[in-house]
Amino acid sequence: MIHGRALIATCLLGFSLSVGQAAAQTLRIGLAEDPDTLDPTLSRSFVSGVVRTALCDKLFDIGLELEIVPQLATAWEWTDDQKGLVIKLRSGVKFHDGEPFDAAAVKYNIDRHLTMPGSTRRNDIKGITGVEVIDDHTAKLVLSSPLSPLLALLASPAGTMVSPKAAQAAGENFGSRPICAGPFKFVERVAQDRIVVERFAEYWDRDKIGLDRIIYLPIPDNTVRLANLQSGGLDMIQQVAPTDLDNVRKDRRLQIAAINGIGYSGITINVGNGEHSKSPLGRDARVRQALELSIDREALNQVVFNGEYQPGNQWVSPGNPYYAKELPIPARDIGRAKALLAAAGATNPVVSLMATNNPVVLQTAQVIQAMAKDAGFDIRIQAAEFASALQLASKGDFEAFLLGWTGRVDPDGNIYNLVTCNSPFNAGHYCNPEVDRELDAAREVEPRADRLAHYRVVAQHILRDLPIIYLYHAKWLYAYTARLSGFIPYPDGLIRPQGLRLE
Amino acid sequence: MTAAIFDTTPADAGERPWRLALRRLARRRVALVGLAVVVFFIAVALAAPLLAPYDPLATDWRLVRKPPSAMHLFGTDDLGRDVLARVIWGARASLMAGLVSVSIALAVAVPLGLVSGYLGGVVDGLVMRIVDAMLAIPFLILAIALAAFLGPSLINAMIAIGVVQTPIFTRLTRGQALAVTHEDYIEAARAVGNPHHRIMMRHILPNVLAPILVQTTLAVAAAILAEAALSFLGLGQQPPAPSWGSMLNIASHFLSQAPWMAVWPGLAIFSLVLSFNLLGDGLRDALDPRRN
Amino acid sequence: MTTFLLRRLALVVPTLFFVSVLVFGLQQLLPGDAAVALAGEERDPAVIAFLRQKYHLEEPLPVRYLLWAKGVLSGDLGESIRIKRSVRDLVLEKLPVTAELAALAIVIALSIGLPMGILAAVKNNTTVDYAATMSALWGRSIPNFWLGIILILLFSVQWRLLPASGFVSPAESLPRNLATLIMPAFVLGNGIAAVLMRHSRSAMLEVLSADYVRTARAKGLSETRVVLHHALRNALLPVITLGALEFGELLSGAVVTEQVFTIPGFGKLIVDAVFNRDYAVVQGVVLCTALAFILLNLLADLAYALVNPRLRR
Repeated sequence: MIHGRALIATCLLGFSLSVGQAAAQTLRIGLAEDPDTLDPTLSRSFVSGVVRTALCDKLFDIGLELEIVPQLATAWEWTDDQKGLVIKLRSGVKFHDGEPFDAAAVKYNIDRHLTMPGSTRRNDIKGITGVEVIDDHTAKLVLSSPLSPLLALLASPAGTMVSPKAAQAAGENFGSRPICAGPFKFVERVAQDRIVVERFAEYWDRDKIGLDRIIYLPIPDNTVRLANLQSGGLDMIQQVAPTDLDNVRKDRRLQIAAINGIGYSGITINVGNGEHSKSPLGRDARVRQALELSIDREALNQVVFNGEYQPGNQWVSPGNPYYAKELPIPARDIGRAKALLAAAGATNPVVSLMATNNPVVLQTAQVIQAMAKDAGFDIRIQAAEFASALQLASKGDFEAFLLGWTGRVDPDGNIYNLVTCNSPFNAGHYCNPEVDRELDAAREVEPRADRLAHYRVVAQHILRDLPIIYLYHAKWLYAYTARLSGFIPYPDGLIRPQGLRLE
Repeated sequence: MTAAIFDTTPADAGERPWRLALRRLARRRVALVGLAVVVFFIAVALAAPLLAPYDPLATDWRLVRKPPSAMHLFGTDDLGRDVLARVIWGARASLMAGLVSVSIALAVAVPLGLVSGYLGGVVDGLVMRIVDAMLAIPFLILAIALAAFLGPSLINAMIAIGVVQTPIFTRLTRGQALAVTHEDYIEAARAVGNPHHRIMMRHILPNVLAPILVQTTLAVAAAILAEAALSFLGLGQQPPAPSWGSMLNIASHFLSQAPWMAVWPGLAIFSLVLSFNLLGDGLRDALDPRRN
Repeated sequence: MTTFLLRRLALVVPTLFFVSVLVFGLQQLLPGDAAVALAGEERDPAVIAFLRQKYHLEEPLPVRYLLWAKGVLSGDLGESIRIKRSVRDLVLEKLPVTAELAALAIVIALSIGLPMGILAAVKNNTTVDYAATMSALWGRSIPNFWLGIILILLFSVQWRLLPASGFVSPAESLPRNLATLIMPAFVLGNGIAAVLMRHSRSAMLEVLSADYVRTARAKGLSETRVVLHHALRNALLPVITLGALEFGELLSGAVVTEQVFTIPGFGKLIVDAVFNRDYAVVQGVVLCTALAFILLNLLADLAYALVNPRLRR
């Protein structure tokens, strides 16, 4: 009798505990923006990538030091002529629809990234001319010329693998219901409200997954997003305003995680795009150097970001292995700035600084305006709404543009398309054939020391010509409930569900 | 709708209705308080260069977000600027946002409404269809689209708000003009051979002024709030120049760390807008002969 | 009566036409197009060219307008370039959300405005009148986003009583649905409570001096009875019709309120669409709101015409 009742009681207790446990394993994450499409080939926003991290695995992933680690691919080897990459694939991997992941799927996906109309990945991997299926678990990527950033690219959205069967069936509507091979599968999406994903039971690394469901909620306003976390409406938020960190530190129910990001923010200067490049700033590198010398990056960081971000003067942060250490961040020097302006014959240059109408960007612009005034610059802030600013930039209707770049794993991604001649993202139309040569060369060699040698030369040019004045590197700042354990922030800013558990 | 509420007394009957209205206004104390506050803020705005203790644009990195003190009575903001100075100078931006935008609206709407109501027929039909169309689009959407088109700045926000308020005034003017146009004395004036523009200016316009005046005060209140809303969306007064709306917007991100950044511009907007509303309410009561 | 109705209905089409032309024209004036806005950081010219070609962004204005109009007449409102869903689906999904928010806002506005107005009318020109006026007007004197953020910090962060933002559909859970909407509805409703208060006050004052009320008083009925049974019923109609007319203002207010509280309704949809140059979405949403506004106006005018035959011109 007693045994029976005790047994029932224990079962009920166990059941209720597990139900309680199961119900509690839903993680609600607040995003800073509403993602656009979730289709990895067509998506253009960073937050889409955050959501996709739970849904889709890539060929490779990155570690905390930006090193390449296996994910859907387990090993790689370059061919002797460096124009081919042989990848060994993981076996036993299934897509959410049950289809197997194999070399044919890799071929399909790479082709899709390269050829689908509207593909935002094509530009990244256009060096791949074809994919050969060697056997079910081996594929060979054929390149037109050696491309050392390739592995990093395959650890980025361009390396995302989707189910060929589902993609073929859905065509361009694939993004509304993505079928991939990641730890979670898509459940539903309400535009501007939420995206719900739930655990994929047959994920190849399922032992690392402790959550049952993740709900992503886009809440653009920083204050409201944090309020949600503080009131218990969210379990984690991506992107805490640096000025809110002290507030979060005081709350014992919350934790903070931070890591240096791979992006940068800086002033892009129009040095060759149309009429507006004929300003004193655009024509004379000395004026640009004077502008750089009038800015105290440490103070900027302190005032706008409470000292939480990282000042910088190159396209990678000072801690990055590809940073040219012999060209450190210059200290503020008003005397030298004034001398340079005098030498250039422009003692009180008027500069129009375009900035998107976002409070933080505008604050940064105002700080620069105030600092540069001491050297004689008369900076006029030209606030523009986001889409208008992009339009103006592409037309060359700007003198200086306060702009950021979210960052790529490989340093090539942070510089190549931004400063090479005729590159579409090179809004200022800077063109220096030697820089182009060095950047091309850096792409074709593999050892880090060799690449760094090329980047050093590039840095010397860039930091003298200053087509971009790099200012700081944002950190990825997360705040989350103390009930969440196992969270590790990564330099690419993506939230990886592996290892996360909620109490 | 408005005809039911507002009586139309021929202006030729003499000045007495206006004096009567002013006396009634004087009796309604809340309206007088409103008037006093409005005058106070206008004085502050005009005397800004003399009143402000500091340059509203002067930054000081060591004094970022400091609480009120003897040196800075209202504290400092996120770039170390004196909040009191910015509130004083911000009065200019906010008052201009209210007054200039409504003036733009009146300048277009009153002539348009007069002509439309007086002439009637096809002209009236066309104007009213366009007015209806503009009214059918939510006010702020139109303002956002216009401000985005013109570019984010205070002037463009004022133009946008002015344009968006035009249909309301047009409809109001036209309705009044329509009601008056068919009165006997207008027929008489026409029969005598008065040209159209004289009839409109001399006989119709004075009778239309009363409800327009009321609507103006209420519209100024709405315009000041609209500038704040546009600032929230990044389209109003751009930094570093101050306006209460943009100050509030930035302050909303620092509410727990620096509440003084928000309290003062918030109080300022509140008292100014409330005063215009009270004034408008008082005017409405005073100018409606049926109130007793 | 029917001629009045038919004449007014006939005007709906030209008004809608003007609305669509106005909004279409305005959007095309905005610098930058969807292709640039949505091309992302990369700004790959191939992507931009593809988007421009797919959505006819380079065709001349009249052609694009006609293409859109043709689609509307066959029920196709176009597609959101940003999230690639049909505008019709988005509208059907978001409209009930804003409608519920607006309805709640009107209920709140009526429950503040109506009693305040009656009180102010009954105690005309006393301190109670002034107090009631102030209490209704304060909601109209504060920026929406400001009030919203204060409420969030108080009720969500400080006291943990209500969710800070977001939306739960009534089908999923009615109590949680109301919890997510009560603060934004209050912010919205507060603004128009003043207008409703003003009008109910005027209407009550008018009614209270009318003959039949004087008769009721002469008959010896208590003041409360007079107010509630005789005066109120007649004062209600103009007030409610004015509530319908305030719909336009509600939608404007909803734009900011939905941004602050992250309510996935019309307001948020359209603001984001304007900034992302998502033309079809803006066109579709404005067309729907304009239609609703015009129909509500029509109903209000109908109610007035029923009450006052003189206005049936």
